[in-house]
Amino acid sequence: MTLAEYRGAKPSHEREPEHDESGHPGPLEYARIGIILAVITAVEVAIFYASLSKWALVVVLVLLSALKFAMVVLWFMHLKFDAPVFSWFFVGGLALASLLFVVVLSTLGGGLF
Amino acid sequence: LSQHAGALETSTGLDNRKLLMWLFLASECLFFGSLIGAYLLYRGDHEVPCAAGELSACVFPSDRAVNGVEYQGLFDIPFTSVSAFVLLMSSVTMVLALAAIQRGNQRALRVWLFTTALLGIIFVSGQAFEFTEFHEKGLSLSTNLFGTTFFVLTGFHGAHVTVGVLILLSLFVMAMRGRLNQAKSLNVELAGLYWHFVDVVWIAIFTLVYLIQP
Repeated sequence: MTLAEYRGAKPSHEREPEHDESGHPGPLEYARIGIILAVITAVEVAIFYASLSKWALVVVLVLLSALKFAMVVLWFMHLKFDAPVFSWFFVGGLALASLLFVVVLSTLGGGLF
Repeated sequence: LSQHAGALETSTGLDNRKLLMWLFLASECLFFGSLIGAYLLYRGDHEVPCAAGELSACVFPSDRAVNGVEYQGLFDIPFTSVSAFVLLMSSVTMVLALAAIQRGNQRALRVWLFTTALLGIIFVSGQAFEFTEFHEKGLSLSTNLFGTTFFVLTGFHGAHVTVGVLILLSLFVMAMRGRLNQAKSLNVELAGLYWHFVDVVWIAIFTLVYLIQP
């Protein structure tokens, strides 16, 4: 009897693999990412009620939402694991949208502050 | 391509349906980017030109107050936070559905697909409730530029979630009838890409519209 069997742990071939045949993460890693996303959302709401300066509030909230955005896109949409061409398409669309965003707001006014 | 038995061989080595979905999502980035830009521009914290004779600019009054209430006061942040959490968790259940079909676990696939659709329905119901509340407080599509840009932005997002729910329910029915097996996992993956995109758009809207207020 091995030490792992003695402790009641499943042998490695019976455990849920971290990554499947397609190269995508397993359910456990997805659950971990989900918990992190939930915690970040709770932190965002807490920051909203904290008495931070306007500038600090905007910077922290934008950074946290960018982190959530990146985690969903990289892990749940598999851009971290799939062919790079999919990333180029998506980042291209995102870059054009950001450019449009900056040009419109800088020429016509408005913004986050 | 080996993971998608039904896929045809392509010159890129990639499935054309997946390529097309990513192109569609890239175009959706521009669509929602322009709606969010319009909201930030016209949410009412700056003057909107309304010279004599320029009827198009004067159709919607640019007042930021609705019946004497500043619009920031209209937002129910705890309620919207729960909605945002529900949609975020639906992304987790969606990706678990994909993991289930890729491993050939039909029971888990059905459970996670149904859970995702249910969470989507809860989100859309919450949005309908929020819209009704705003309407009762006097804010409508034509009240002012804030109302116009807010309802157009969140309304289009809600429409996307509704389409996603319909796709998920269709997949659930297919799974119940045994027509969604491991070889057809790409169908779930494509639906998942659309669903996660709708989620990331809400991540941006929740921060830029609800949490960051002028």
